[in-house]
Amino acid sequence: MHRRGVGAGAIAKKKLAEAKYKERGTVLAEDQIAQMSKQLETFKSNLEEFASKHKQEIRKNSQFRVQFQEMCATIGVDPLASGKGFWSEMLGVGDFYYELGVQIIEVCLALKHRNGGLITLNELHQRVLKGRGKYAQDVSQDDLVRAIKKLKVMGNGFGMIPIGGSYLVQSVPAELNMDHTVVLQLAEKKGYVTVSEIRDGLKWETERACHVLAHLLKEGLAWMDTQAAGEGQYWLPALFSELASRDVTPEEANQMTP
Amino acid sequence: MDRFSWSNGLLEINETLVIQQRGVRLYDGDEKSKLDVGVALLSTHRLIWRDIKNHECCMSMPLSQIIFFEEQAAGIGKSAKIVIHLHPSPANKEPGPLQNSKYSYIKLSFKEHGQIEFYRRLTEEMTQRRWENTPVSQPISSGTGSQSGRTRAVGIVGIERKIEEKRKETDKNISEAFEDLSKLMVKAKEMVELSRSIATKIKDKQGDITEDETIRFKSYLLSMGIANPVTRETHGSGTHYHMQLAKQLGDMLQAPLEERGGMMALTEVYCLVNRARGMELLSPEDLLNACKMFESLKLPLRLRVFDSGVMVVQLQSHSEEEMIASALDSVSEKGSLTAEELAKLLGLSVLLSKERLLLAEKMGHLCRDDSVEGLRFYINVF
Repeated sequence: MHRRGVGAGAIAKKKLAEAKYKERGTVLAEDQIAQMSKQLETFKSNLEEFASKHKQEIRKNSQFRVQFQEMCATIGVDPLASGKGFWSEMLGVGDFYYELGVQIIEVCLALKHRNGGLITLNELHQRVLKGRGKYAQDVSQDDLVRAIKKLKVMGNGFGMIPIGGSYLVQSVPAELNMDHTVVLQLAEKKGYVTVSEIRDGLKWETERACHVLAHLLKEGLAWMDTQAAGEGQYWLPALFSELASRDVTPEEANQMTP
Repeated sequence: MDRFSWSNGLLEINETLVIQQRGVRLYDGDEKSKLDVGVALLSTHRLIWRDIKNHECCMSMPLSQIIFFEEQAAGIGKSAKIVIHLHPSPANKEPGPLQNSKYSYIKLSFKEHGQIEFYRRLTEEMTQRRWENTPVSQPISSGTGSQSGRTRAVGIVGIERKIEEKRKETDKNISEAFEDLSKLMVKAKEMVELSRSIATKIKDKQGDITEDETIRFKSYLLSMGIANPVTRETHGSGTHYHMQLAKQLGDMLQAPLEERGGMMALTEVYCLVNRARGMELLSPEDLLNACKMFESLKLPLRLRVFDSGVMVVQLQSHSEEEMIASALDSVSEKGSLTAEELAKLLGLSVLLSKERLLLAEKMGHLCRDDSVEGLRFYINVF
């Protein structure tokens, strides 16, 4: 029968084994880093070759970009992590998405006084395209979504709320929990929502509905129409279609809050 | 006008329509032709004219006939014109509306405007001379315009055909690109697995790998875009690249920060820096990682994260007390302030003035009045 190792001898043996293992482990890791360095060089030249043949596809074809991104995600690689990455430097994907990020930030900032920092992906898409001019590269909604995902790391509250088959893009750090989100989704059909609709549609008590709406009002995401026939309507400027609204200046926006 | 030949107006396979303009009257030299006003069409190969009312009356001339052309400005009661000077007709020219003309030039009179664009396009086509690359067969003259009803349809088919060809070409390129991409990804995947193995070893036996090797390893991860499991434990350590960036930012952001009261949101910095660079832009993560190194590099800037999650870069010289004091001054001056009002007063962004007020509140100097009208701050007298 084998006695479990206790006692000074066993401890010394254990330490020796640990030391040997450590030593082997260290060498292995060092070797691996050297190996990785070599593989990296090979990969770099493969990527260069790929780029020389196919750089245009990525630039011109948004479908190809989607596939490319998904392949990268599958293997655990983020081609947009750094401007210094191979993908970015050689394929030029970086500049495309980082510049898009700048344009997204600027559009959201310009409209914040009107919609409180919430905008539909459609409207964002249209405005970004307009800003890029007609000779610029085409941009798809998938491109926007990926650029926004990257912007999140900068802590300005960028987020995406699923709504009506698409998304609302949030660009301010307003606290929006599940209750707020579900009310936004309810409002999506008509662009506004009332307390009774929330009560009937979501089966909430009046107080809960009012609490959520008050928060949206306070954050500037909703405007209240007290002149509507019946009860007050809570409108979401983010959901106004571009055609139906005209641009409001910040001064006008300030006057509108009661 | 004797250079024109009767035509059915159908486009050939390699011929593309460039522009068309209604309301064009033809002049034989300086004389108005007997024809009515019609539509002038410019293709890559020909100039075509068709009577608006009588579609059967359609004629064309190869662009190779044109020597040069010029604009003739509109006058009182006169439309703008384009004057086109022509080579003599070739011997085998098909019959047209006029057998012999004493003029070797024609005019297009644009009664419904459009001459500027037409002129521009004509210039382009005459410069590119695309008809020389893709010759089309001589159009078969058809005296009876029985096909004119289908003119437009066939023209569109020609365009559609070109689009289809282009699409097939694109598809072929894409599938080749995908194949190559897949091969590339297989190699990339190997590297990801290798790096995970290395990272595990580093984590387990911290201190056995040299500092130098760790830094090298991190830069490999950066190049490949592989997430670094190591830095989740050690804080703020980036690569040499990020150190360089941090120093650049230190220089670059001094002036803008001073202008903006000593503080800028990280997204603002991102836009500012990338707009200035124009190319080789920074990723959001690059910027963040660089800013995290300000303190360890002893640069006069700091990255700061507020409770709300908002990240800012602020001048180190801009102390917290100063900011709070200035916020308090403004509030006591006005009695009470919202973030928007303070923003206007101090020339800051709304986001940052809100943070200032929240900070002062946290310190107990201000208290809030939270209503649907917004968040308003008062001096705390309690």
